[in-house]
Amino acid sequence: MKKNRHNALLIGLIVSLHLFVIFPGFLAPYDYASQNREIPFAPPTRIHFFDSTGKFHLRPFVYAWKQDSGPDSGYEQDRSRAFAVRFLVSGAPYRVIGGWTSQLHLFGVDLPGQIFLFGTDDFGRDEFSRVLYGGRISVLAGLLGTSIALFAGSVAGVISGYYGRWIDSLVMRLVELFLALPWLYLLFAVRAVLPLRIRTTDAFLLLVGVIGIVGWARPARLIRGIVLSSRERNFVLAARAMGASDFHILRKHVLPQAYPIVLTMAAYLVPQFILAEVTLSFLGLGVGEPIPSWGNLLAELQNYSVLTSYWWMYLPATALVALFLIYHWASSALQEHTSVSA
Amino acid sequence: MNLRVSAKAIGKMLAATSLWLAACAALQAQDLVVSKATLAQPGGQLVVSLRSEPKTLNPILSVDANSREVIGMMNADLVHINRDTQSTEPALAKAWKISRDGRTYTVYLRRGVKFSDGATFTADDVVFSFQLYLDEKLHSPQRDLLMVGDKPITVKKLDDYTVEFDLSKPYGPGERMFDGLAILPRHLLDVPYQQGRLAQVWSTTARPDELAGLGPFQLKEYVPGQRFVLERNPNYWKTDSSGVRLPYLSTLTFLFVPTEDAQVVKFQGGETQMLERVNADNFAVLRRNESTNGECLRDLGPGLEFIFLLFNLNPLDATKSPDIAAKQVWFRDLRFRQAISLAVDRKGMARLVYDGRATPIWGNVTPGDKLWLNSNLAHPERSIEQSRALLESAGFSWNANGDLLDTQKKPVSFTILVSSSNAQRSKMATIAQDDLKQLGMDVQVVPLEFRALVDRILNTKQYDAALMNLVNGDVDPTPEMNLWLSSGQTHLWDLGEAKPATPWEAELDRLMEAQMTATSFETRKKLYDQAQAIVAENLPFVFLLSPNILVGAQSTVGNFHPAILEPYGLWNADQLFISPAGSPLCK
Repeated sequence: MKKNRHNALLIGLIVSLHLFVIFPGFLAPYDYASQNREIPFAPPTRIHFFDSTGKFHLRPFVYAWKQDSGPDSGYEQDRSRAFAVRFLVSGAPYRVIGGWTSQLHLFGVDLPGQIFLFGTDDFGRDEFSRVLYGGRISVLAGLLGTSIALFAGSVAGVISGYYGRWIDSLVMRLVELFLALPWLYLLFAVRAVLPLRIRTTDAFLLLVGVIGIVGWARPARLIRGIVLSSRERNFVLAARAMGASDFHILRKHVLPQAYPIVLTMAAYLVPQFILAEVTLSFLGLGVGEPIPSWGNLLAELQNYSVLTSYWWMYLPATALVALFLIYHWASSALQEHTSVSA
Repeated sequence: MNLRVSAKAIGKMLAATSLWLAACAALQAQDLVVSKATLAQPGGQLVVSLRSEPKTLNPILSVDANSREVIGMMNADLVHINRDTQSTEPALAKAWKISRDGRTYTVYLRRGVKFSDGATFTADDVVFSFQLYLDEKLHSPQRDLLMVGDKPITVKKLDDYTVEFDLSKPYGPGERMFDGLAILPRHLLDVPYQQGRLAQVWSTTARPDELAGLGPFQLKEYVPGQRFVLERNPNYWKTDSSGVRLPYLSTLTFLFVPTEDAQVVKFQGGETQMLERVNADNFAVLRRNESTNGECLRDLGPGLEFIFLLFNLNPLDATKSPDIAAKQVWFRDLRFRQAISLAVDRKGMARLVYDGRATPIWGNVTPGDKLWLNSNLAHPERSIEQSRALLESAGFSWNANGDLLDTQKKPVSFTILVSSSNAQRSKMATIAQDDLKQLGMDVQVVPLEFRALVDRILNTKQYDAALMNLVNGDVDPTPEMNLWLSSGQTHLWDLGEAKPATPWEAELDRLMEAQMTATSFETRKKLYDQAQAIVAENLPFVFLLSPNILVGAQSTVGNFHPAILEPYGLWNADQLFISPAGSPLCK
């Protein structure tokens, strides 16, 4: 009973999280590319309920940031004018799906005020909107890339481990080849033959493709090891003695041994692949400015001055952490589920 | 108190005095340079970071900045450009005479100067050094600088301390050409040179006793992957005004620290005493802690670097690269380039990317080059309206979505290449992208690994536009010859023109050639002003910014006077010292 409630909560979280990142336009108050050149690196907007006279307002309000005087200094709130926070407001147009556009946003403030829940980046762009839009590419590329890598890796690993002999040698030499290839230079070469302008959808597919191709070898090796060991287990030998088909043995006896490993691998490959996208962007193979991805949002933190000066630039990491925790939870729930049923 | 003075003690004192007298006499026999820097006690160790390991210690072969920096500390030139005053001053040459026709330079050498290994320096070393620089088989990068009027200069020894240089044509920059040309020890290098092994000697792994130089420091130790340690050259030819031999520092260490962020962390931790160049972001971080850490940070204003937007104007085969060739129709239209120049937000770039520590520019000479800047050039204010008007007059139009269309009604879209390792220029390109969106242009910024970028610009010519930078090594126009001459190797927008492609490029050729052979500064300045005006008018580049030179040192470093010419902080390394008591010296 309690467990079911847990699982319902988990499924609800996963679904809503993916809705957030697949349809960021509604939740994000601004377009990811709109710059406010007067307020680079402004801290998150403070939301107030009490005005300067101490009076309580049920509808929260915000103040605008203004640069305080003198060089090398920060921002202060311009208390001369308050902007009320409103829900379901009309703002910058965005595309929902295909040609359908909308202007409706979940929240916003009275114009010309602005609300930056996660502060602004170096161009004065709303970091919160960028995190939401960034998830669209990172989460999907991470998930798809991981699925491809794990699927290809599992198939290769199972075939190699179960059938052994020359098939095993062949697949494993291939795996070693893939692990040994100097990927950086190959990717340079890939970049050189591609046209300079890559459309975002192509860049996305490219990301998924590269991640999948580079990533399948390690899971394959691991899964082969598991299959190899379980092949000789007594229950497998018994099943075989009773005349079970290869497919049946694999499905019923060998693969269940590999589930937990595959799930654990998935939980740690997704973040790795989201970060791999930064490297690919560096080589000109990922998505470029001004389109955000969690990888390039986090890449800002590699900058020493950002790291030491603007704490809100860490906030994209919280989205990533939340997502990974949920995935981790999901993977352990699944693991529990499979081990009970097996 | 003991007042008894023994004969032995008096004898010692006398001996010491006579030694001192002898030393003075020896000093007078030598032509030593007396520095005017603040007096200090010898001793002290200075540690600075270097971006990567030097590739060689051989001055004939060095091309990379890191090698040149280390080599510069161990070697000396005949005439040196004072990085602070930006004018020339005597170095190993105590004086020189230029003949009336500007073609013969007679150089009088300092007497009694010794290499770091104790051998005496004479005219033979000078003749030998120039022989190496000019030897075609050695492919020295300095050879180009010694070609005047397409002919190498000739070098002749008149006596042990006099050398004559003959040029085929008068040479505008005059004695500036000697700056940075290290004079090498003939007694060590002649044998390897005769055997054809010169390229193999003086590598980074050379033993200290295999090297000798005339610079303030000599090699002490090289630890691969970690550091170069130099120690003071006891035979250096400069003293301070009280007669103490320079340099003051006992050792100068170059630590290899590959990233700037790591260099800043090391500097903040006190592991290094100087940051030779720091970007604006890190400068702001250091500034915030300046009062507590007691560092001495200097913003020297714009240097000689300029950042610009380059459009591909190379004549391309329309059948092989039809995409780029189609876009070149726009790029070739001056009004298109002018419209872009009017639309980019230079001030915004300076503020957002450089924290305000950069200066907007509209021409190739930066405000840091006060001597040569043509201050009459127009600085048109940013105006999207004027920019749109220009595009309209050039036949461009806009569709209902606000996208810019060319005369064929094709949407205007192109890519801007940037080096992915330079965060600042990538950011500038992002700003330009947003600015040009306001004109209805669809611009994509493509970060590429630096070598891939250079390959596209110099070799394959497969690009639309690029945002890049150039840094001049000297305030003089000479280093820019390769850039502006239509036949120049770095005539980036249209490489390898057989003859000038446009009338203004022909005029630019004429002006640049003329200023190279004019000998008076006024004539050269007038010609170069005209050249700057032509560049600003025809916009082969859309000039954007010149970043400020930002330098820092620990407050215990004395005589710290950074300059906008390389090496920014170490140019006066022979005068630098470390406060012995650790008391702050700067400010």
